[in-house]
Amino acid sequence: MQHSNTQDTLVGLFVAAGIAGLFFLSLKASNLSSITQKDSFMVSARFENSDGLKVKSAVSAAGVKVGQVASIELDPTTYQSVVTMAIDAKYNNLPDDTTASIFTAGLLGEKYVNLEPGGSDTYLANNSAIDITQPAIILEKVIGQFLFKAAEEKK
Amino acid sequence: MRRPGPALLSWVEPRFFLLLTLSGLFSVVLRPRLLLNQLYSVGVLSFLIIFISGLFVGMVLGLQGYYILSDFGAEETLGLMVAASLVRELGPVVSALLFAGRAGSALTAEIGLMKATEQLSGMEMMAVDPIKRIIAPRLLAGLLSMPLLAGVFSTIGIIGGLLVGSGMLGVDDGAYWAQMQAKLDFYDDIVNGFIKSVVFGFVASWIALFEGYDAIPTSEGVSRATTRTVVNSAFSILGLDFILTALMFGDS
Repeated sequence: MQHSNTQDTLVGLFVAAGIAGLFFLSLKASNLSSITQKDSFMVSARFENSDGLKVKSAVSAAGVKVGQVASIELDPTTYQSVVTMAIDAKYNNLPDDTTASIFTAGLLGEKYVNLEPGGSDTYLANNSAIDITQPAIILEKVIGQFLFKAAEEKK
Repeated sequence: MRRPGPALLSWVEPRFFLLLTLSGLFSVVLRPRLLLNQLYSVGVLSFLIIFISGLFVGMVLGLQGYYILSDFGAEETLGLMVAASLVRELGPVVSALLFAGRAGSALTAEIGLMKATEQLSGMEMMAVDPIKRIIAPRLLAGLLSMPLLAGVFSTIGIIGGLLVGSGMLGVDDGAYWAQMQAKLDFYDDIVNGFIKSVVFGFVASWIALFEGYDAIPTSEGVSRATTRTVVNSAFSILGLDFILTALMFGDS
């Protein structure tokens, strides 16, 4: 095959377009831009139940994402779920009486941890724990209780 | 590497074709001009078909996805649906199938004809190793082009889905991008799709080159080899896709 400068230029453009496409996919279409390891500190919370919560689930306060779930473990003595959250370092002024609850985004959406800041003057620091928690609402349980109550009232 | 004698060669070559080709890859590095020419005929000439197919596949995904998702009031997740299906499956698979049809068949026909017109034997007479000179640059070109083509395919598809979704059907384009970015994972989705496209590019070029090199040197033989290239590539790509998907996308 004869070679020409046009051909070389086209090869260059092709490679550039391909790499641009891959960059676009990485940066614009996926979460690469948001998982660049930002400085964060760890806060743990004990829940009666963390059903549906996963590692990487969002942690938000007032609807703003402030971090993500880093690990979920079962406490072998109390049988509670210990959820460790990585909170962005810039949100280091959350009061230490913050309430953590597990909410659902929408009716069938993902579970996330919602932080409700309290009024204390001391702030949450690395490896501190949130004491006031509210477990995940399990729909089946709620429906079960509702049916049970309805049956009680009929008697 | 000294090449073995002709009788042994005719037995060795088809069986260790891949090994011989891979060992020839190093000599390509010394001759970038050969690679550049092949990148042109394998990559650049496949670009247009990949671009246009990607656009239409993305637009169709946008339409179909919208019809289903709007039943559940979840049109906002259209971006995620289009992007996830493109990045994980359709991008690598469809572009590999198109690649096999567009570039693979051309490679087989070219090499088959070279064999039929005894150009390959001519090279051997001049002590030029046809595997190093002809086959290896083409394999490397296929291996390099395929991920780029798949990346272009997915990108254009996502933009095509956005054109239909937000231009025609009125999905909010902010939500289109936001849902995509929130749910697609770089390592789980983009990197796995990339690995898939590398594997498919390797397999499709390997099959095309082997079929061409192994073709019966008649016009009928070349035509059969070309057909086999397309059929075998399609089978291997789809089969490998299942295996790779099963390995990569477990419940994470």
